[in-house]
Amino acid sequence: MMNLLKSLLAWVDERFPVVSTWKAHLSEYYAPKNFNFWYFFGGLALLVLVIQILSGIFLTMNYKPDALFAFASVEYIMRDVQWGWLLRYIHSTGASMFFVVIYLHMFRGLMYGSYRKPRELLWIIGMIIYLALMGEAFMGYLLPWGQMSFWGAQVIVNLFSSVPFIGPDLAIMIRGDFVVSDITLNRFFALHVVAIPLVLVLIIVAHLVALHEVGSNNPDGVEIKKHKDANGIPLDGVPFFPYMVVKDGVAAVAFLMVFSAVVFFAPDMGGYFLEYNNFVPANPMKTPEHIAPVWYFTPYYAILRAVPPMFGSQFPGVVAMGVATVIFFALPWLDRGPVKSIRYRGPIYKTFLAAFVVSFVGLGYLGLMPATETYTLISRILAVVYFAFFFLMPWYTKIDACKPEPDRVTSK
Amino acid sequence: MTDKVDHSKRRMLIAATTAVGGVAAAGAGAPFVLSLQPSERAKAAGAPVEVDISGIEPGTMISIEWQGKPVWIVRRTKEMLDMLATHDDVLADPTSSVPQQPAYCDNATRSIKPEILVVLGVCTHLGCSPTFRPEVAPADLGANWAGGWFCPCHGSRFDLAARVFKGVPAPTNLIIPPHMYLSDTRLLIGDDDKSKLKGGQPTDRGAAA
Repeated sequence: MMNLLKSLLAWVDERFPVVSTWKAHLSEYYAPKNFNFWYFFGGLALLVLVIQILSGIFLTMNYKPDALFAFASVEYIMRDVQWGWLLRYIHSTGASMFFVVIYLHMFRGLMYGSYRKPRELLWIIGMIIYLALMGEAFMGYLLPWGQMSFWGAQVIVNLFSSVPFIGPDLAIMIRGDFVVSDITLNRFFALHVVAIPLVLVLIIVAHLVALHEVGSNNPDGVEIKKHKDANGIPLDGVPFFPYMVVKDGVAAVAFLMVFSAVVFFAPDMGGYFLEYNNFVPANPMKTPEHIAPVWYFTPYYAILRAVPPMFGSQFPGVVAMGVATVIFFALPWLDRGPVKSIRYRGPIYKTFLAAFVVSFVGLGYLGLMPATETYTLISRILAVVYFAFFFLMPWYTKIDACKPEPDRVTSK
Repeated sequence: MTDKVDHSKRRMLIAATTAVGGVAAAGAGAPFVLSLQPSERAKAAGAPVEVDISGIEPGTMISIEWQGKPVWIVRRTKEMLDMLATHDDVLADPTSSVPQQPAYCDNATRSIKPEILVVLGVCTHLGCSPTFRPEVAPADLGANWAGGWFCPCHGSRFDLAARVFKGVPAPTNLIIPPHMYLSDTRLLIGDDDKSKLKGGQPTDRGAAA
């Protein structure tokens, strides 16, 4: 029996690189042995992707992308389709959990300087994934055709119409109509279930290829490839399979426990994962009393609202929001610090990073709140802090009093 | 047959092939991009709407649908009209200098008949539909509130001539759509050219919503 399997593998391997691929990416891909808690989230993001694709495919079997039927078809899934409520709650919880995991994954990169040379391209590909994910989430949110779906899309698409000269035509082109309508719903459905998932899978593959080319960073921010044994294997590396796979498996089990707890006990998460107004069918004639995007967009939304109109145009706010999103791309070149990891950074960087986290979370909270005068003022202050983290980075990372990096990774 | 490669010829052929292929690709791509534009049916949905305004009580408004957007028709009281001239200093554009209205509404009340205001109920900030708050000085809007619209999305405020206040996110006054009176009580929203009416009858959707 074993011989039969072995000869089958040999037969395949002569025609398709099974063994060498397995070795290159798993059994002989060496990851630093000092990975900590923060290194769980890349693998978890992959897990959520699989959950979303699976649950999404099954939702598509019962959902109708038509303004007349969309809302009712979601209710049909919730009430009449066998286990449909579970599929729907898995998908809606998955959307929020995707961003939880991605934000923690990105924060890990900030802490340990994972975007620094030679991982600039890895970081940039990751940022493209993040933007694609935002588009995917935004378009998916229109599909239930509730009040928040409709008015959220209305506001976001109108952001584009504030672009000088081409704006109004661009917004019409995105909607395919003069207002968000059945036409918009139909095309967002096509993009949400076909176009963006395809692109996402491709760039995630590119992210992994780039990662395996340069190798993983680690909490010490030093290169394990500098010290290799006689066989060319990094002294501080362990094979991804089985060691990291088992480690990530434990994380996956813990994560799925949290995930299940949300799905079964708090699927709307108090209005944060599924907003209450979205249980009301879309009504183009009436804006809900209070509208806010889903929590993962609110930091940027708060920045948008914080900027007053200038020269009779809303465009500056839109630009600020856009810059806040894409400024991450520039990180590899903004950071001039002599060390990568926060473990060896000085107090200035630590202060700025802490202030950035406060501003991001604070803006996220304010973006959910109505725009009162006090809140707008606080949003403005936090927006300045947010941008200071990036724009002052070339200066403060350079003058910061860093500690010397160790030669090899450390373990407690 | 010579084994010498003519590089300049090869470059020229590559450039020519790329250029022709590029034109073909752009041509093939055009239908896809153009298909994203509003369809004929979507364009046709923008037909004018006829409304009976006789039932609107003074101080109240109705909301009707035109091009998929809400259009408000307000019958303003004498007090409301008198108040309009009293707060120019807190408005961003009191004289409606930005052309957000047809020429026949470029006046102090932003309307054809002073008491009837016809306005597109779409916030000039990001397209939400503001809430009608005709009451004077309610607790949540402050003592200076003299009636108007408040946008729940981002807090923009408009007075009873749909003019925007200073210091709110909306950059301009609300839009006055083209409209005209067919009779004292019949109003046509979406067209102001009487000569065009002979061709076809406007759709009558009345005071829906």
